[in-house]
Amino acid sequence: MSIEVISPGLSTTVQDRGRYGYQQHGVNVGGAMDDLALQMANLLVGNRSTDAVLEITIKGPTLLFQKDMVIAICGGEFSPMIDDQPVLSNRPIWIKTGSVLKLGHAKHGCRAYLAVAGGVDVPLVMGSRSTNLRAGFGGFKGRVLKSGDTLGHHKQSPYSLFLAQHLKNQAGTSPYSHMNWFVSANSYSTTQEAVVRVIRGDQYDDFTEESRHSFFQQSFQVSPRSDRMGYRLTGPTLTLSSPNELISAAVTSGTIQVPPDGQPIILMADRQTIGGYPKIGYVASVDLSVVAQLRPGESVRFVEISLRDAQTALYERKILLKQIKLGMEMNVGWRGER
Amino acid sequence: MLPNHEFSPLGDSGVIVKLGDVIDQTTHEKVVTFSEYLQKHPFPGMVEFVPGFTTVTVYYDPILLSDPSSDVIPYERVLAILKKMAEHLPESYAREARLVEIPVCYGGSFGPDLEVVAKHNGISSEEVITIHSSREYLVYMIGFAPGFPYLGGMDERLSTPRRSSPRLSIPMGSVGIGGSQTGIYSIESPGGWQIIGRTPQSLFQPDEHSPSLLRSGDKIRFHPISEGEYDERKKVSS
Repeated sequence: MSIEVISPGLSTTVQDRGRYGYQQHGVNVGGAMDDLALQMANLLVGNRSTDAVLEITIKGPTLLFQKDMVIAICGGEFSPMIDDQPVLSNRPIWIKTGSVLKLGHAKHGCRAYLAVAGGVDVPLVMGSRSTNLRAGFGGFKGRVLKSGDTLGHHKQSPYSLFLAQHLKNQAGTSPYSHMNWFVSANSYSTTQEAVVRVIRGDQYDDFTEESRHSFFQQSFQVSPRSDRMGYRLTGPTLTLSSPNELISAAVTSGTIQVPPDGQPIILMADRQTIGGYPKIGYVASVDLSVVAQLRPGESVRFVEISLRDAQTALYERKILLKQIKLGMEMNVGWRGER
Repeated sequence: MLPNHEFSPLGDSGVIVKLGDVIDQTTHEKVVTFSEYLQKHPFPGMVEFVPGFTTVTVYYDPILLSDPSSDVIPYERVLAILKKMAEHLPESYAREARLVEIPVCYGGSFGPDLEVVAKHNGISSEEVITIHSSREYLVYMIGFAPGFPYLGGMDERLSTPRRSSPRLSIPMGSVGIGGSQTGIYSIESPGGWQIIGRTPQSLFQPDEHSPSLLRSGDKIRFHPISEGEYDERKKVSS
């Protein structure tokens, strides 16, 4: 074991990129809400993008490290401290045995991702290490972390070990050290309102002209009744031109459905597999991270994107992540295997 | 062959294939056939598929299917593959028709709403049990919760409105009636259906091979058991 949970925070779970292939059995995909932050955190510590990390929500945990380790924190800004010294996010950090990492309340964004070199070691259940809270399986014993839990990690990659040595040398007698560079890929918005790109949904044309106009022109607020299953929004009421009883069918993360009360819900990672409400739009996959970082009370505005541009943007992000990985390896002088 | 098939995007990583307009046997068979074909012939970049009442939804990886040197976007690529599939689809698969028996202990503490259903329909509790357990039900699809079957074929004489306020927690295995539908709560969850009994049979196991006891296309039949038999079955399975 290598990490002990001193206090768990509000809702800290083990997540990876999700559980695929079992939706036909009613099993939701799950996985990290902010996939970009998960990928970035894994990349910074030398993990594969599919490795498991800790997803931290609103209020962070306090963790005791029982081993020297390379970690990275991405996503929301939670004012992390190691042994009461502030540390910086979005870069590899080496932390010494016996040190305590404490994350505070979310200052920006809603969720932070803590990657440890090697990836969090929990059993693979149906191809994934993600926690399915509703059905109580996967992740760490199918639940949120509690005080006293201890987590291990898998074998580290040669690059992770190289990073660890580099940062350890740099640390000297300090309980930690980190790279002097960082990657900038935060999805949270520091402006008045977040802007999210949306593809028109199957029933977009079935809404009144006024509703269609409001949907793309006015802003919506995130309701406190939002969670990993869905983001409930409040704003202009969206109405159908005529009642439309739909036959339930499969849905996807990012589906914006409108129940009879006219207030849209964005389906997120822990969504059900089947839905029956009219779909006014789909959040472009690249912008799901932006939604994941919204906190209750914050505002969001939708702008239209074509399916073509949404798919292109997803591909471009993949290229960007590849370039960041190469740049990072070059920066630390890594010439080993890729 | 699939006449009148329709395709529409489900966001940037999925395609909805619509195989009919109403929930009936004909459409259901098309859904099962198309699903079976995809199971046997997954295409590169396909992630998974989900059978619905009248649709099969196919999820794909748009990054894997991207080709920056071409104007053809991943969605169009998948569409071309699926259209070709639809043309070459067999009439139907000679698939083993499974009939699954679900033992149910009706009434008592396991079925607190059995009386409600009886009263609403002007029949006795015994008649509710007889009617409910004498039919075969078709599994249209699995969803809502892990292992939860959407069933068709309930006798209209048992139709009962949902509870005016949903219960916060309904135990796993509870068998209920909501409107003209019947179903089994595969995991503990909140819900508004009238609960008439409970099965000791687990419908969901977090296991690679057969996480869900039932699958789209199965038939099921409820089989009344006593409380003693329930306890016995429960002991064996745990």
